Amino acid sequence: MGEIFNDELVIEAGHSEKNYWRDIWRYRELFYILSWRDLKVRYKQTIIGGAWSIIRPLLTTIIFTIVFNKVAKLQAASASPYALMVFAGMLPWQFFSNSLSEASNSLIGNSNLISKVYFPRMIVPASSVITSMVDFAISFLILIAMFIWYRYLPSINIIFLPLFILVAFIAAFGIGLYITALNVKYRDFRYIIPFIVQFGLYITPVGFSSSIIPGKWRLIYYLNPMVGVIDGFRWSILGDPIYFKGFIISVTVALAFLWIGISYFRKTEKSFADNI
Amino acid sequence: MSSSIITVENLSKKFIINHEAPERYTALRDVISKKMRFAFSNNKSKNQFKDFKEDFWALRNISFNIEQGDRLGIIGRNGAGKSTLLKVLSRITDPTEGCIRIRGRVASLLEVGTGFHPELSGRENIYLNGAILGMTRAEIRSKFDEIVAFAEVEKFLDTPVKRYSSGMYVRLAFAVAAHLEPEVLIVDEVLAVGDAQFQKKCLGKMEEISSKGGRTVIFVSHNMGVVNALCNKGIFLKQGGLVFSGTADEAVSRYLRDNNKEDEYFNKEKGKDVYLVKAILVNEENLKQVEFSYTQKIRIKCSIESIDKKYFDIGVAVLDNYKNKVFTSIHHINESNTRNSFIDVICEIPQKFLAPGDYSLDIALFNERVYSYEYISDILPFRIIDNGSPMAAYQGVRYGNVFCNCSWYYEDNP
Repeated sequence: MGEIFNDELVIEAGHSEKNYWRDIWRYRELFYILSWRDLKVRYKQTIIGGAWSIIRPLLTTIIFTIVFNKVAKLQAASASPYALMVFAGMLPWQFFSNSLSEASNSLIGNSNLISKVYFPRMIVPASSVITSMVDFAISFLILIAMFIWYRYLPSINIIFLPLFILVAFIAAFGIGLYITALNVKYRDFRYIIPFIVQFGLYITPVGFSSSIIPGKWRLIYYLNPMVGVIDGFRWSILGDPIYFKGFIISVTVALAFLWIGISYFRKTEKSFADNI
Repeated sequence: MSSSIITVENLSKKFIINHEAPERYTALRDVISKKMRFAFSNNKSKNQFKDFKEDFWALRNISFNIEQGDRLGIIGRNGAGKSTLLKVLSRITDPTEGCIRIRGRVASLLEVGTGFHPELSGRENIYLNGAILGMTRAEIRSKFDEIVAFAEVEKFLDTPVKRYSSGMYVRLAFAVAAHLEPEVLIVDEVLAVGDAQFQKKCLGKMEEISSKGGRTVIFVSHNMGVVNALCNKGIFLKQGGLVFSGTADEAVSRYLRDNNKEDEYFNKEKGKDVYLVKAILVNEENLKQVEFSYTQKIRIKCSIESIDKKYFDIGVAVLDNYKNKVFTSIHHINESNTRNSFIDVICEIPQKFLAPGDYSLDIALFNERVYSYEYISDILPFRIIDNGSPMAAYQGVRYGNVFCNCSWYYEDNP
């Protein structure tokens, strides 16, 4: 502990800390533990427990396949089965919507910690995004099972999948940070989030392919960062064509949100304890 | 450089009190509507808009130093800024002005069992709580058995803590915190919980932390006895300002004397039946005094107005530092004394009786145990100074409140 002792910590008004990111690194164990706690507690007192992580996306996929493919007669962009296309979109969307709703409520849900202990506040929303990542991993197993079921071979592009997961992470974390910081002060966002998530499911190409969007609207459509992410998933898993210009727009928007999220969060985090 | 482990300079913390919104949180709708009102209003209502908010300084220009190994007690009445000071020191909230320099790791224990999750078992909560308080997993693992033994919860380690009794819960929570090894431990009144035996254990542990480990403890409490027993340094806060910084003893007695600053009791309103108009402490020369040496007599001069009562009793009780009664003296006032409706009566406390220390008085007017006309508690604080009492060598030791000339003899030659 000697080396820490030599550090002099200066707490000053309006003085943002020099060692902010190092501090987060120092508290990394708290990060694991909070994620672990959320996972551990999540399915307590449920009968089927972790199976909920599988059932929810699976049922939505089945319903979407029936509604969009069988009833609305929409077609997949490539030769892949429609259900696979839906699931390839459902996967990142579920991750995004789960992390967004978890992250935006995370600070309020942990208000007792915020008002009683110091730690870098960013750990709280970050760990809830990580928790959603675990759900994502479980859902991924369903995808593999579906490949086996349909006897379909994934595209070689799948090696680029981590890149798209990263973009999804950036989008979810950035927006989540921004909203959770706002939520501390304005509790309205608690009601806005479920709405965004529900609404988003239909305006984001989860149940259909983004290729059905008319050409003149396409660029605008990609302002929704998840459109680019879902296209990327379908490209890397199923080999569907990707609209590259649109993808760049989505990534830019995701990065912009990350920047806004982090700077707003850091600006307001010192007053969290007073406002929460 | 000095050996101060914590230096606090001109620390201030401002809160903005919003008079318009009594809710705990702001709704976006209110902000928008206010901004609209602001935008569409003339100068006059601009001022009104400002009136919604009021600055409140929870801390104002606080400066002090803490040396390594000190046990600092922070005392003050409710709302004096103690908790805010702890929160600023433990980096939970940001100061508005000023600066704090801390050398070393700080762990704060502002609440027992922060972050305990009711669904998780005792074992899991030890790891969770430890991590929240800033311990690494390796550290917790190495102290795990010690923590469990201290908390006395061996049998229930794998039970969810929601099934724990409140005592077990508190013990476990304190045990985790007590095994932290920070250079600075900040503790807020957590000892108010748990049974007496466990409280004693906690105090012992805190003393051990600072004396053996050379670590610094900052402690907030309303219990002056605990502050006196545990701390060597004290600071006394009042309405956000620092009144005193020095030894714990001195801070405690300042705090206690401050409870009633007046050195004279005076009742401006006319009472009923019979009431105390005025009371002061004087010495043998009839001069007002509040600090008496141990060899002086103390006179309590009471002026009473009796409106229609011919006789009644007056009682005077002396309270010690901790508001316990040292003794009570009762005197009967009869018809021969009440011929005048104003009565001045003096109660004299003999010299060499009260031990050096801080005292105050309760004065009561009543009717032979039947009816109390007036009971005024904790007034006229005074102090006895040791100017060579038999116990002078034991100054600082709490040896009691009164001197008693006991006879000592041996059974062989009585």
